[in-house]
Amino acid sequence: MSTYRIHGATGEWEVVIGLEVHAQITSSAKLFSGAATEFGAEPNSQVSLVDAAMPGMLPVPNQECIRQAVRTGMALEAKINPWSRFDRKNYFYADLPQGYQISQLYHPIVGEGEIEILLDEKDEGSAKTVGIERIHIEQDAGKLMHDQHPSFSYVDLNRSGVALMEIVSKPDMRSPEEAGAYVRKLRSILRYVGSCDGNMEQGSMRADVNVSVRKPGAPFGTRTETKNVNSVRFIMAAIEYEANRQVDVLESGGTIVQETRLFDPDKVETRSLRSKEEAHDYRYFPDPDLLPVELTDDFLAECRESLPELPDAKRRRYEAVLGLTPYNAAVLTAEVDTARWFEDLLAQLGEEHAVRAANWLMSDLFGALNRLGRSLVDSPVTPKQAAELLALVADGTLSGTLSKQVFEIMLETGQDPGAIVEERGLKQTSDTGAIEKVIAEVMAANADKVAEYRGGKDKLFGFFVGQTMKAMAGKGNPTVVNELLKKALG
Amino acid sequence: MTDLTQLGVAQIRDGVRDGDFKARDVAEAFIAQVEKGRALNAFVIETPEHALAAADAADAARASGDLKPLSGVPLGIKDLFATKGYQTTAGSNMLKGFEPVYESTVSGNLFAAGAGMLGKLNMDEFAMGSSNETSVFGNVLSPWRRNDGGNAGITPGGSSGGSASAVAARLAPGVTGTDTGGSIRQPAAFTGISGIKPTYGRCSRFGMVAFASSLDQAGPMAHDVRDCAVMLEAMAGFDRKDSTSLDLPVPNWEANLSSDIRGKRIGIPKEYRIDGVPAEIDAVWEQGIAWLRDAGAEIVDVSLPHTRYALPTYYIIAPAEASSNLARYDGVRYGQRVAPENGNLTEMYEATRAAGFGAEVKRRIMIGTYVLSAGFYDAYFNQAQKVRALIARDFHQAFESVDLLLTPTAPSAAFGLGEKTADPIAMYLNDVFAVPASLAGLPAMAVPAGLDGQGLPLGLQLIGRPLDEQGVLNAALAFEERAGFKARPEAWW
Repeated sequence: MSTYRIHGATGEWEVVIGLEVHAQITSSAKLFSGAATEFGAEPNSQVSLVDAAMPGMLPVPNQECIRQAVRTGMALEAKINPWSRFDRKNYFYADLPQGYQISQLYHPIVGEGEIEILLDEKDEGSAKTVGIERIHIEQDAGKLMHDQHPSFSYVDLNRSGVALMEIVSKPDMRSPEEAGAYVRKLRSILRYVGSCDGNMEQGSMRADVNVSVRKPGAPFGTRTETKNVNSVRFIMAAIEYEANRQVDVLESGGTIVQETRLFDPDKVETRSLRSKEEAHDYRYFPDPDLLPVELTDDFLAECRESLPELPDAKRRRYEAVLGLTPYNAAVLTAEVDTARWFEDLLAQLGEEHAVRAANWLMSDLFGALNRLGRSLVDSPVTPKQAAELLALVADGTLSGTLSKQVFEIMLETGQDPGAIVEERGLKQTSDTGAIEKVIAEVMAANADKVAEYRGGKDKLFGFFVGQTMKAMAGKGNPTVVNELLKKALG
Repeated sequence: MTDLTQLGVAQIRDGVRDGDFKARDVAEAFIAQVEKGRALNAFVIETPEHALAAADAADAARASGDLKPLSGVPLGIKDLFATKGYQTTAGSNMLKGFEPVYESTVSGNLFAAGAGMLGKLNMDEFAMGSSNETSVFGNVLSPWRRNDGGNAGITPGGSSGGSASAVAARLAPGVTGTDTGGSIRQPAAFTGISGIKPTYGRCSRFGMVAFASSLDQAGPMAHDVRDCAVMLEAMAGFDRKDSTSLDLPVPNWEANLSSDIRGKRIGIPKEYRIDGVPAEIDAVWEQGIAWLRDAGAEIVDVSLPHTRYALPTYYIIAPAEASSNLARYDGVRYGQRVAPENGNLTEMYEATRAAGFGAEVKRRIMIGTYVLSAGFYDAYFNQAQKVRALIARDFHQAFESVDLLLTPTAPSAAFGLGEKTADPIAMYLNDVFAVPASLAGLPAMAVPAGLDGQGLPLGLQLIGRPLDEQGVLNAALAFEERAGFKARPEAWW
């Protein structure tokens, strides 16, 4: 449990947070039209007659969007409603061609579910369950452009009609950190499922943040809703600002007004957009252009079968079956791209090497990528190459030191490790004759040290190892070198 | 030579096929009639080039032996249907000058079947009205006149007023109409022609300017039952672009036409006998019952207990849907835009919609907005949805014991222009017999039955089970054979 508290003049305050996350459904076509949905296209180049709400145009549901919402619901272990319906949310705005948004108010496609979050990746005890209230499907609106003309605003309808899932949490979060962990975990699950790319900077995911404060144990306070916050960092900042603002208002004798606010990322503050008194009356009613969405058992079964192993299950398997540390398991499963990379590697290398592979990935590869400013998806080393490198270590071809050298060359050249070893002669040698010969030379050159060692100065052993390896340009098999040195030194 | 404009859809099709006349001659004859009939104000735009091109194609097709189901037939298209490259306004100032880059499925189906277009037909604005007095293009006149010598302008009914007037005056052999709460059937009854609203979902709504989506259905209006069957076959069909269209094959309604209705059970709903309806309506209804009995049908009294709630239910649901459907006319992307100097977005909306919509449309947008608003939704819209389900259940139960229902189409004959414009409720009452079938999504057809004392046509309505257009058409054919309705308005225009 979080013990996040705001320390006000009148004592401690608890923050209550609920999030409505709008996630763009991964689909090549819009929710009710065949228009494309590519990000960053020329304004108004992806607009069908339906999206522009021409007279007599009718929406036709895109099955793929419905499928993705259902799969998402299943991934959140939520109740799937076999019967749902689209409603119209009526309001006027220039970015809303129909004069209404097609959404689902009364009968959403997905009901209650839950997400488990970990506040500390190293500690299973930090787990907390956040309830999901519902998921519904709805259309996105277009975009107004105010910088094109001195006295007019332009409208870009490319996003008009793009399919969104609105994932509504219960007011279960109690700190900005919990909210951040929730959004990251949700994004991770969506990416695993493949129902949303989770790219917040492209607007594929954004959140409406509901915040209220109360004295611990008291009933819920009045909440405000901060709209369209588009990064985890901003969501956390908006909560922190808003909670402190509410405490200030309440402690100076004011009351919180239920209102819609916006977040200003430059000033890191929230501002009032409109209060409940001037709120829209959306006049929701069932969309008469659309039939109810009825899901068959076959469809539901297909959705369920198509679900991949999800992050929590994967994390538990990495720990229990592969023997990874909780921390490594958590990090390697947090993003589907990481897990996929790791599993590609294991597929080549064999699961029995999972612990070593995980350690190498976490330290060597992540360290290198970090240094290069790259991510795993554009890593210069492929999972296949990594598997080859680790195999060369496993079969004794490379020592740990040599493997690091080879890895550096791989990063630079993109070459396969086998080719590098071959080309540069970096193979480690376990040839006892050759090693004994070098040892003899080292001992001859350092007769005084040999005497000292034999006189009881055991610490000098490391010196002989170093000299031998140096003389062999690092290629001596360290185990063999150690063994033979011990024998030679007596 | 026969006056080609006296022919109906099937006769023209057959005549062109049999080489009795050229499709070109038919098109030219109707084009001339359309020009001569301008006083009726039935057409908003005339498109002779479209009709002629289709006629020439028909003549060429005959020569090469690949005639289509409607080759050689020129039609009028209600201005609610989007016609590619031709102005489509829904009778509204909001869309004056709007030329769609797309074709409605229904008009596209008709053209694909070989039909040509004589022009776009006048209508009540956004199909809201029962007298064709709300069009921005002005009133449509019925070709009919009262025989009192007063020469008062008579309404052709609405909202498909231009459609009805054009057929009755023989400016077109057949036309498209649309029916939300009687807009095909009431004008057909007022002008002595036939018109069928099929089961909801038979005709695609794609490209049809929406009024109330859960009720809107396209249908044909023509001189007789056969012509309606021919046209409906071409208009109907599953359309992927309309989620509510029915994924069913289109039956061969014309080929299966039969006036043999012996043994059919025809229900007479007692709730359709309402106070204040002229005796002539009851009389023609009794006459219709007698004709059907004569045709061998069994007449059965039935009850549709929730009938009295149909009209208020309709006038909640239809405006509610309309208030939302018409939100897209905001001046941003197409149609009228009135942008006050230095005005903001809201002011542009207000000015555009104030100038773009007429009084009746504004009234319904306000009613619809009200019944959907917070605090009133449950009392009005939600309640109306529940009552709608009860009305549908009434029909369902009645159809357990009968095959069809026979009722009046409208509670009066056509009235004079201006007689009801001051009283919206009186105007809405015109739809009292039409809206129950609309709310239940049932096929319903208006057929002419006779004339009232003023010499104006009266019609009756046949309502069938869902998807039983065939049963409706067959009973209508039996009715038509016995009614022998041959009255024609005298050409005064």
